[in-house]
Amino acid sequence: MLQHYGPQLVNLCAAVLLLLGFAMLTQRRILSLINLFATQGLVLCISTALVAMLTGQAHLYGSALLTLALKVFALPWILHRLIRRLNVKWDVETLLNIPTTMLIGIVLVILAFNLAAPISRLAGTVTSATLGIALASVLLSFLMMITRSKAVPQVIGFLAMENGLFFAATGAVYGMPMVVELGIALDVLVAALILGIFIFEIRERFDTLDTRHLEKLKEH
Amino acid sequence: MNLAGLSAQFTELVLAILLAPLLTGWVNQCRAWLQNRSAPSLFLPYRTLAKLFEKDVVLAHNASPLFRFAPYLIFGCLALAAAIVPTLGTDLPLNAAADAIALVGLLALARLFIALAGMDVGTAFGTLGARREMLVGFLAEPALLMVLFTASLISHSTSLATIVETLAHREFVIYPSMAFAGVAFTMVSLAENARIPIDNPSTHLELTMIHEAMVLEYSGRHLAMLEWAASLKLFVYSCMGLALFLPFGVASGGDWLGLVLALPALLVKLALGGAALALIETVSAKMRIFRAPEFLGTAFVFAVLAMLVHALLEG
Amino acid sequence: MNVAPLDAALLAAATWVAIGLGGMLAPRHLGLSTRVLYPAGALVGLALAAIALEALFAAPAARILPLGLPDLPFHARLDALSAFFLLILGAVSAGVSVFASGYLRAGEATPPGLQCLCYHLFLASMAFVLLADDAYFFMVAWETMALSSFFLVTTEHRDAVIRRAGYLYLLIAHLGAISILLCFGALQGGSGDYTFETMRTIEQPAAWASAAFLLALIGFGAKAGIVPLHVWLPEAHPAAPSPVSALMSAVMLKTAVYGLLRVTLDLIGFPLWWWGVVVLAVGLVSALFGIVFAAVQTDMKRLLAYSSIENIGFIMAGFGLTLLFRGFGMGALAALALTATLYHCLNHAFYKSLLFLATGSVLHATSERSLGRLGGLIHRMPWVAWCALIGTIAIAGLPPLNGFVSEWLLLQAFLFTPGLPQAYLNMLVPVAAAVVALAAALSGYVMVKFFGVVFLGQPREAKLANAHDADRWQRTGLAWLAAGCIALGLVPATVIGMLDPITRGFTGYGMASLARGWLYLAPIEPQRASYSPLLFFAVATLLILIAWLSVRFFYHGRARRSRAWDCGFPYLDSRMQDTAEGFGQPVRQVFQPAFRVSTQAPSPLDRRPRYGETVEDRLWYWLYLPVARAVEKVTALVTVLQRGRISVYLTYSFATLLVLLFFIR
Repeated sequence: MLQHYGPQLVNLCAAVLLLLGFAMLTQRRILSLINLFATQGLVLCISTALVAMLTGQAHLYGSALLTLALKVFALPWILHRLIRRLNVKWDVETLLNIPTTMLIGIVLVILAFNLAAPISRLAGTVTSATLGIALASVLLSFLMMITRSKAVPQVIGFLAMENGLFFAATGAVYGMPMVVELGIALDVLVAALILGIFIFEIRERFDTLDTRHLEKLKEH
Repeated sequence: MNLAGLSAQFTELVLAILLAPLLTGWVNQCRAWLQNRSAPSLFLPYRTLAKLFEKDVVLAHNASPLFRFAPYLIFGCLALAAAIVPTLGTDLPLNAAADAIALVGLLALARLFIALAGMDVGTAFGTLGARREMLVGFLAEPALLMVLFTASLISHSTSLATIVETLAHREFVIYPSMAFAGVAFTMVSLAENARIPIDNPSTHLELTMIHEAMVLEYSGRHLAMLEWAASLKLFVYSCMGLALFLPFGVASGGDWLGLVLALPALLVKLALGGAALALIETVSAKMRIFRAPEFLGTAFVFAVLAMLVHALLEG
Repeated sequence: MNVAPLDAALLAAATWVAIGLGGMLAPRHLGLSTRVLYPAGALVGLALAAIALEALFAAPAARILPLGLPDLPFHARLDALSAFFLLILGAVSAGVSVFASGYLRAGEATPPGLQCLCYHLFLASMAFVLLADDAYFFMVAWETMALSSFFLVTTEHRDAVIRRAGYLYLLIAHLGAISILLCFGALQGGSGDYTFETMRTIEQPAAWASAAFLLALIGFGAKAGIVPLHVWLPEAHPAAPSPVSALMSAVMLKTAVYGLLRVTLDLIGFPLWWWGVVVLAVGLVSALFGIVFAAVQTDMKRLLAYSSIENIGFIMAGFGLTLLFRGFGMGALAALALTATLYHCLNHAFYKSLLFLATGSVLHATSERSLGRLGGLIHRMPWVAWCALIGTIAIAGLPPLNGFVSEWLLLQAFLFTPGLPQAYLNMLVPVAAAVVALAAALSGYVMVKFFGVVFLGQPREAKLANAHDADRWQRTGLAWLAAGCIALGLVPATVIGMLDPITRGFTGYGMASLARGWLYLAPIEPQRASYSPLLFFAVATLLILIAWLSVRFFYHGRARRSRAWDCGFPYLDSRMQDTAEGFGQPVRQVFQPAFRVSTQAPSPLDRRPRYGETVEDRLWYWLYLPVARAVEKVTALVTVLQRGRISVYLTYSFATLLVLLFFIR
């Protein structure tokens, strides 16, 4: 039963991840953005647990738990606190209009799949088809960072990018060694904290969170 | 074409026409409960229809024959659409006559006529409604088509009966592409049925209305036909959604017992679907009309992505 | 008497020339042209359609004509492809000619006899283009077609705008003609023999074949109006008299499609798959571009002209798919895509000419072409309005009329593309189907705007109250074309049977045997998809009738007239309706980057404020004007030679003569 539906469920998770990636790309509201990010973490956790069950790789359960703790609870909590402290719940206009962004997103998905195709053939894991989606998620998060001018959505984009990378690792080689994973988790946590401080600094200096103001730091 | 097929077809058509106002009533009731209001009767839409049929028709001086003829045409189109979508069984004679693309064409035909009828008297509201309706239409229609195409690519057929047969009666497979299609379809059906966040079915506020603005000049039996047609449209969309995403319980072929069992299954599914619709409407806010293209554009892109995901993951 | 179809077709075309010359007997006599010659031309059109119908199923026939230069005679050939396009020409021109009998009036700048000559020469040259079997005859006919249509476009040549439109048309037509000439040069492969027979037999290297294909795409594309060579269409169509616009849009654009099909599928014979990608991309861009621009037009003929660009885009998309499938050796699917392409050619010919003629009637009755000054004409011109409604439903691609059938076939062809053996294509082509669907849905928007603003609502000008319905001739022409739209929509299986010889010839597969009888249309297999417009129409009509009868049976039929309700607003007038600009505004908003919009907003203190907004084509500024400026600069260099003294010019000629003598020594 599980052997039959398991890979299909992993594929479903992959599709949902991509869906959430696009949803984040179109979302204007920071609050919803954080919730979407938390959902993405949850889906990631489920898919990792599924892969663990399918392949019997015990350390993947550990990563699933780590994902749950870090990406579903800790990071969203930090972000929620951050926007409460900064009092930024309003809608954020994007630099490019949303339909154009989504069209670029579609092109990225096609590119990602064709670029990932040779690697998935090499990988030979049960989840290799999802590698393209993982790469696409990374590219979409990157696109989201590019199209936002405010600092908080950019940070969320950065964190979502890490989600995509993590998913790629599960898909291609059944996850990284635990040491590496812990290291990355710590890095992400620290990055979130540092970026939080960074955001406060930006507001102190420019009285806004618009990163376009960083242009002023350029030497003339 | 056999007796079972013909009778299933006929039952389905009559059932759709009779049940459609009930679904509207149910959605209104759920919405009232969710919003902490005391709910109107489940049968209020029927009473409204009966009242409207009794009333005199008042036509504007310059209403053309097209204006008088359009309500019947729109009703006929939507009744035919209801007959094409498999709700009880898949052995429907009309399925060979019209497939998914024809269904979308049929809905577009009804839209064209309601927009033209809105423009006929030449009031400010009528043309405004027609323009907005066509704005919603030109983005929602291709999105709907792409949703149906995703299902067609899965089942290698554009015939709705074959699609439902594949999804419901072959070996159960999880299709990730249908997740995308489902999101797109939900967004499209909200827009197409004049629901929040695109339109508000219960106001007459010129800033927001679309459907009501077009039918403003109608009265009496004409308005009754249009209201009934609007209910039918909601019914058709609900059944289409059930057929694509929850096709369980639909009888395979001309199986009599299956047909009998399919009816309660359909009613339960419709009740759940209606409640879900009311929930979505309650938790979302009405959008500015210029956000509507963005909303529908997103639906369109999701539908296209559904096709892509099919090509990528299931190909 | 047993005359071969080829001879009969040539005879019919020659009769057209004779009829045209007949007009010159009394150039200023209107009655002769309108009451005798145009109806006679219509009969010839019908005869040509009948001949073509017979020739569709006959074996190809060829003959050498006793015309042309010594040792370089004209070759003519009639095969299924030519016959199909001759059928379009004959059937559509019959309707248009009858309409023209009632439409043409005295008082235009060109005398009626001369106009009659140009008109029939135009028809005859199109027939010759379709019948030509060597590059020489083809180019002669092609140029005659361009010139005669140029003179028809500039009928009202006293108007500077119309002269400018005609000039632009002629310019692009000739750029295209040069490209076609070069294409034939590439195709003859050094043999020096310009007959199509030789070109068919020569095996071209792939590079030469690709060059010839690209030249043909540019040359014929310029005539067909694909983006970015489309700029002449929206200028020339409004300038020409309506029957001429109808013919140009319905038939002349199709001769370009014919030329492309002839060169690619017949003369080159082995399409490479990437040609299909190019054509598909060009087609999709044209389709979306055309319809988006149509949505923001305020002149009804410009609107239709842009819609022609859209339809040519669909045709090109279908042709691109054909090439793609053919290039990968998927014959049956190529046949399906080719069927869709040809069917769309036929459909577009009928509904577009119908709509152009309807705008002609409106123009005559009201002398208004601007949508902002029309309205409510369904009361004054019911005949034209109901015929236009049929055209509207057909062009919007809605069942059960003909536009839907070809769109259905095209979308079915797109649904088969996941079988393509190329990873990127496999994913991109289904996405292309989304563009087709979007353009098709937008055409519904555009047509609601067209019909609603012209025929529905309140009249926007007082003089519209005096508008009169079309006369008997015009009605006949409109009714013929409207009947064509309905017939092509209801019996597609029969029509596809007619296309069978063509698809069989070029792809090895036919669609006819796969259609389930005359009632059902089922490409490839009935499990995959089937559509029966007749059944569909019958059931829909039945349901509408039952609805109407039961309402009448169970309830009263009382109705009274009153003032419009309009939410109780009492001061309703015709200026409160949406204008054409207003109706197009959402599309302008959504597709804003495509347009170059200049807004004229008066200051709040302005006593007589005038609001205006013009929407222009960016390509004009990005592509055409820079090219024009570059050409101007180059020509400025040449002006150094200009001295103004005859003896200097004679010296130039003398020097040229000497150089030439030296070279050919």
